[in-house]
Order: sequence, then C-alpha cells, then structure tokens
Amino acid sequence: MLLIIPRFLRATLLALLCAAAVPALAIDYERAFDDPAMQARYEQINRELRCLVCQNQTIADSNATLAQDLRREVREMLTAGKSDDEIRTFMIERYGDFVLYRPRMTPVNYLLWAAPVLLLLLGTFIGFRFIRKQAAQVNDDSPEAGKS
Amino acid sequence: MLKFGLPLALFALLVGFLLVGLFRDPSYVPSPLIGKQAPEFTLPSLQDATYPVASKELLGRPWVLNVWGTWCGGCRQEHDTLLAIARTNAVPLIGLNWKDDNAAAVEWLRTLGNPYSVVASDPEGRVAIDWGVYGAPETFLIGPDGTVLFKHIAPMTMEVWTKEFLPRIQAASAGATSAKG
Repeated sequence: MLLIIPRFLRATLLALLCAAAVPALAIDYERAFDDPAMQARYEQINRELRCLVCQNQTIADSNATLAQDLRREVREMLTAGKSDDEIRTFMIERYGDFVLYRPRMTPVNYLLWAAPVLLLLLGTFIGFRFIRKQAAQVNDDSPEAGKS
Repeated sequence: MLKFGLPLALFALLVGFLLVGLFRDPSYVPSPLIGKQAPEFTLPSLQDATYPVASKELLGRPWVLNVWGTWCGGCRQEHDTLLAIARTNAVPLIGLNWKDDNAAAVEWLRTLGNPYSVVASDPEGRVAIDWGVYGAPETFLIGPDGTVLFKHIAPMTMEVWTKEFLPRIQAASAGATSAKG
C-alpha cells in the first residue's frame, strides 16, 4: 500500500505536467474569432499553409514574424468574407504551390499523387515474381519433378 | 538479368535523386511572380512619411527592388555591393524596408551610406507579402512594362549582378527603346 500511493502520485504529477505543457505547444493561443465555426476554419487554413522561413512548420505552428503576418492576412480575409479557396489562391499567387501542405491536383503534381500507387504496383510486381520463382524452385526440387 | 538489373537500376535512380538533392538549396523557393505583373504599391518614404513612393511612377524603365531590414545579417553583408551597384547608375535601386524600426533604418543608411534612389517603408509587411517575400535580403528586377523579370534570394553579389541582372537589364532596355521607335 505504502508503495502504491507514491507511484499513483507520481503518475498524477506526470499527467499534470504533461497537461501543463500542452498550452505551450499552441503558438496562436489567443482566439481569433468568437464564432467557433470561423475559428475552426481559421485554424484549419493555418494548419495547411507552410511557413516559408521555417519550412517544416505550418503557420499555425510557427511564431516567426512571417507566420504571424500570414495569420493576420488569413484572419482579415476570413473577416472580409473570403472563401477558403480564395485565401489559398491568395497564398499560391504570392508564394507558389510550395506554400500548401496539401498539394493541388495539377499536371505538375500528377506524378506526386500517382507515386504511392505506382510504387505499390511495382512492389506487388516484384513480390509476385519472387514468390512465383520460389514456387517454381520448390517444384523442381520435389521428387515428382525428377520422375517426369 | 532481372535479378541484378532491376535492383541496380532502382539503386542508380535513388542515387541520382539523392545526388541532385545534395546540390539543391532547400531554402530556395522559386517565385510564382516571374513573368507576371509586379504587385503595385504606394508606401510612405522611409525618410519622409509625407512623401509617397509609388511603384506606378517607375513604369517605362527597368528598376530593381531590394527588400532589407536592419535586423537582417545578409543585408549588412550585401550593403557594400549595393553601394557599388548604385554608383554604376544602371537602374533605379528602390529599397523596401521590411518590418523594421524606422529610426534604426534611417541611422543605418546615414552611417553605412545610402545606395537607394528611394526607400519605401513597410513596417507591417503587407507589401512584402504581396511580393511573396519570405526572407530578406531579396532582390527583384522589374521590366519597363512592369513585369517581374528576375528574383534573387540571398545577399547580392557582383557575380550575380553581372551574370543575372545586367544582361536582363540590357535586354529589357533594348526592348523598351525598340518598342518606342
């Protein structure tokens, strides 16, 4: 019993510490909109736009000044009643396709989108051949193969 | 044939991709503005807020827009090159002071020398966003018809200036005069 209680406490403390660390992860913790639907759109768009000075982060993750400025642009465009697509187009016109974390379906990107399927087909083809060859070898070694 | 050929071909392909990747700068993002109309702007001048700097007034000749800030190390690095370029009087060199402290920027130009014909002040970074700026220093070349001809992302060097900018400036100037004549 004496042993269990400190352990339980330790776990609780750890959980509390983890919970306390979560708000620190959200860079943009001030709500931009009172309307929850607008706030959700705002967060969704921010999560799909790349911060170009810190390329492996979205503008939702980064507190670089450029990310702050781009969040401000997103917020203002949402307030002005712009659609999500219009905001994305605004960003692409200025920063190119690289700004999107979810690549568009354009001729340049066809190979990118097709690559997983193509690689899967290639893998299946190689695997299939390998299995067939192994099966053929087994047949060759079998006593029946020697008789015929 | 397939037993060695295919893995070897795939390996060669992988090596090829990695080799190309090794020599590419991942921080370089090509500008979608090249060949398109440059975004227009009217901003207050850095030295005199009552004096507007309007991009429209520069139509009819090639010009250069250099994005800088006193907080930017690369800008300090390229400053002497910009001064040397300015002395050649090849094109108007317009500065865009990006998200900077006004007094610090004025002081910078006073002590280091001012290579710019005029400096537009963009403390909120709105014009910079229109131009797709993501990291200073960035230098744009704009043609006489207002299209963006070239963009250099990194400190300016004399080599880049003579190799990339000067030939384009000459071609653009020749095009502009032949169109008039």
